[in-house]
Amino acid sequence: MIKCMFSLTVVIILAVLAFVGAETAGFKAQFLFGIAIPYAALLIFVIGVLNRVIGWARSPVPFAIPSTCGQQKSLPWIKPANLDNPTTTGGVFGRMFLEVFLFRSLFRNTKTQLSEGPKISFNLEIFLWLAAIAFHASFFTVLARHLRLFTEPVPSVIQLLEKVDGMLQVGVPGILLSGFVLLAAVSYLLLRRIIEPQVNYISLTQDYFPLFLIIGIAASGILMRHIFKIDVIGAKQLAMGLVTFHPTIPEGIGGIFYVHVFFVSVLLAYFPFSKLMHMGGIFMSPTRNLPGNTRAVRHVNPWNYPVHTHTYEEYEEEFRGKMIEAGLPVEKE
Amino acid sequence: MSDLPKNSNELIEKIDYNPSKKGWMDVPVEIRKGMYCYASNPKSVEYIGLPNARPWNPLDDDWKLPVNWKEIVHNAFKERLDRFRSFKVFMDICVRCGACADKCHFFIGTGDPKNMPVLRAELLRSVYRNDFTTAGKIFGKVAGARELTMDVLKEWWYYFFQCTECRRCSVFCPYGIDTAEITIMAREIFNLLGLNIDWIATPTANCYRTGNHLGIQPHAFKEMIEFFVDDIEEKTGVVVEPSFNRKGADILFITPSGDVFADPGTYTAMGYLMLFHYLKEQGLNVTWSTYASEGGNFGFFTSHELMKRLNAKMYAEAKRLGVKWILGGECGHMWRVINQYMDTMNGPADFLEDPVSPITGTKFENAKSTKMVHISEFTADLIYHGKLKLDKSRNDNLKVTFHDSCNTSRGMGMFDEPRYIINNVCNHFYEMPKNTIREQTFCCGSGSGLNAGEDMELRMCGGLPRANAVKYVHEKFGVNMLACVCAIDRAALPPLMDYWVPGVGVTGITEMVANALIMPGEKERTVNLRDEPLPGMEE
Repeated sequence: MIKCMFSLTVVIILAVLAFVGAETAGFKAQFLFGIAIPYAALLIFVIGVLNRVIGWARSPVPFAIPSTCGQQKSLPWIKPANLDNPTTTGGVFGRMFLEVFLFRSLFRNTKTQLSEGPKISFNLEIFLWLAAIAFHASFFTVLARHLRLFTEPVPSVIQLLEKVDGMLQVGVPGILLSGFVLLAAVSYLLLRRIIEPQVNYISLTQDYFPLFLIIGIAASGILMRHIFKIDVIGAKQLAMGLVTFHPTIPEGIGGIFYVHVFFVSVLLAYFPFSKLMHMGGIFMSPTRNLPGNTRAVRHVNPWNYPVHTHTYEEYEEEFRGKMIEAGLPVEKE
Repeated sequence: MSDLPKNSNELIEKIDYNPSKKGWMDVPVEIRKGMYCYASNPKSVEYIGLPNARPWNPLDDDWKLPVNWKEIVHNAFKERLDRFRSFKVFMDICVRCGACADKCHFFIGTGDPKNMPVLRAELLRSVYRNDFTTAGKIFGKVAGARELTMDVLKEWWYYFFQCTECRRCSVFCPYGIDTAEITIMAREIFNLLGLNIDWIATPTANCYRTGNHLGIQPHAFKEMIEFFVDDIEEKTGVVVEPSFNRKGADILFITPSGDVFADPGTYTAMGYLMLFHYLKEQGLNVTWSTYASEGGNFGFFTSHELMKRLNAKMYAEAKRLGVKWILGGECGHMWRVINQYMDTMNGPADFLEDPVSPITGTKFENAKSTKMVHISEFTADLIYHGKLKLDKSRNDNLKVTFHDSCNTSRGMGMFDEPRYIINNVCNHFYEMPKNTIREQTFCCGSGSGLNAGEDMELRMCGGLPRANAVKYVHEKFGVNMLACVCAIDRAALPPLMDYWVPGVGVTGITEMVANALIMPGEKERTVNLRDEPLPGMEE
């Protein structure tokens, strides 16, 4: 619980810092939270992520160790599992697609229960998968939607996305589903972490921190749109300034906006140093991204080195007498 | 033997899935009798040339480590991060979602939170963060980092010898994080400090010297097989004639030595002899080897290097004898090594030919680089082409279920070949529940070198989920025989069945094939290979 409260406290302090700064310290603070920090965060994000991915890529893959989650391709009349145990590049792409976009492995999740008997049963546990999918898909939608602030004219794809996202047509400005789904999903993931004893037991500070941060981002976004109704034109001016490298600080956007931007900046800067790197890591996981044709095609280990073996000659040398007596053929009589 | 409760319910009552209130880093490890294996015999460690051979006891405070042990661990950790992308990525990307938590047979069977795969990996990750990450160096414990201490090392040792490298968790992990890979690295590090267990160290030393884990010398190996020859003659009237170390054979046959040594594996070994004899007329020209008389590879449970050193014998012997390709018997981790490591480590086997069945002409395209075919692939192909005369009814006394071995499942994907054979040699086959078979199969609880006697409680706990699924089909369909394609299973499952599901036997697939096989020139068969009366032949 300490880890959870600690993360929450840090996020609250961050919010207060940005809000109070932007509301009271005027232009200087707004420049800091609206321009300097976002630029720095983005820089840290890009360099950090690249650094991390290159770091992984530097370590070779000495052995082909795919987890074979389906029938191998062996005899021609036995149907192989082309996606769960692929042998072709196309099959591997298919497997990776299912993993990256549909969380195939997590979809297998079940809940194991031990009851009287003893009887072990495996029950449906789809909620983690559902929340994970909802969380990632809505986060992506929200991100894509934000492109309207960074582009002029706004591409029609983005406008269409926003239309779909706002199809409920409730309220003015209209409720956008993705933001609320994001908030709900991330809250579920947080509650699960707090309530489920085993998940709680394994959780670290760095598991709570990004959840609170994302809750902060989603909540501040929703508040800006529906409660505080901030000056959207000002926000877009600032965003356009950032992407065109002519940063400006328009008057009167309001403290909550700076909280939002500050949260996003912190998330960006935090990303490369955290477990959030799983986004890049999944692509490099040797148990998923290699074909299961390991007996048909030789995989090369770049650092394969010669080793001491016990040769047949040494073996025969030790046992020759016994071998001859037993009638076993030998090289040297 | 450990103080394993005689009544299995007592073991069940011990299981509590609720973790302690204290954080896991604040719960010190307690090395408990029955849950660990004895320390390695220094002679074995010395024989294979591994460091720090000396007598030691895991229960002692002093493990007699080299003075600079922390430095050794740190450097070994770094070296492995640089050499294995798997290790590096798996240290970094876990989000602790917990999907793996209740997928581990040791967690299900013990309730010990440190047996959750995620937490098992965190035991290493916490030190990784401390030693190798910026966040860990700056924020320390807040970032989940901790320093390596003697207590931490003991905790590693205890829990990385409570993982059977079965890879079930990796099937459910959204990033494919494979605890087997992490356990392999941890055990490599232990070996640099002289911290192996004897059930692994002595078989590897034996295998290095005599060619097999059991230390059977060449003349004795031949005698043991000849004993089977007599047995087969007694039961079938047919005299089979195996050959050893024979140049001029087309195929080298390698199988785990466990099947030469102990029941019920011996019946599977007899099955091989009968099958090869049956096919001799049709052109099968096969030899056994006393030098490469081990399919299994306990080096795999020690280090990548020792795995390579032991495995090298297979290709070396194939080359010396001048065979065309290699046929491998029923074994679990042997096949993980052959399927995913052998060609890379000791290949290319360009001195061998692409494997072709001399009986059916089938090209084993899937083994064209490694040049090694699994006996179940070979047999399934024979049956498919109608090359075996089988009388299924001879196995009518059996109600069979099939245990997918971890390694042939999640390190190979061999699911349908054994099932095809079973369905062709017996009439009563029942699958266990779907969450417990195929890629989701449960370990026997004794894999990766943990099938010793002193850790029987651990083995019974780890085998609980497997046994429980057998119990389900035992009660529902009257299943009385658990078939498998793994020699460790054949050694480990009988005590597991006796403990949790009395009344269920264990068999290899080839034993069932041999019982059903109508041998040319056989006498009227009245008993099976176990000397039990065949159905309809009871007095």
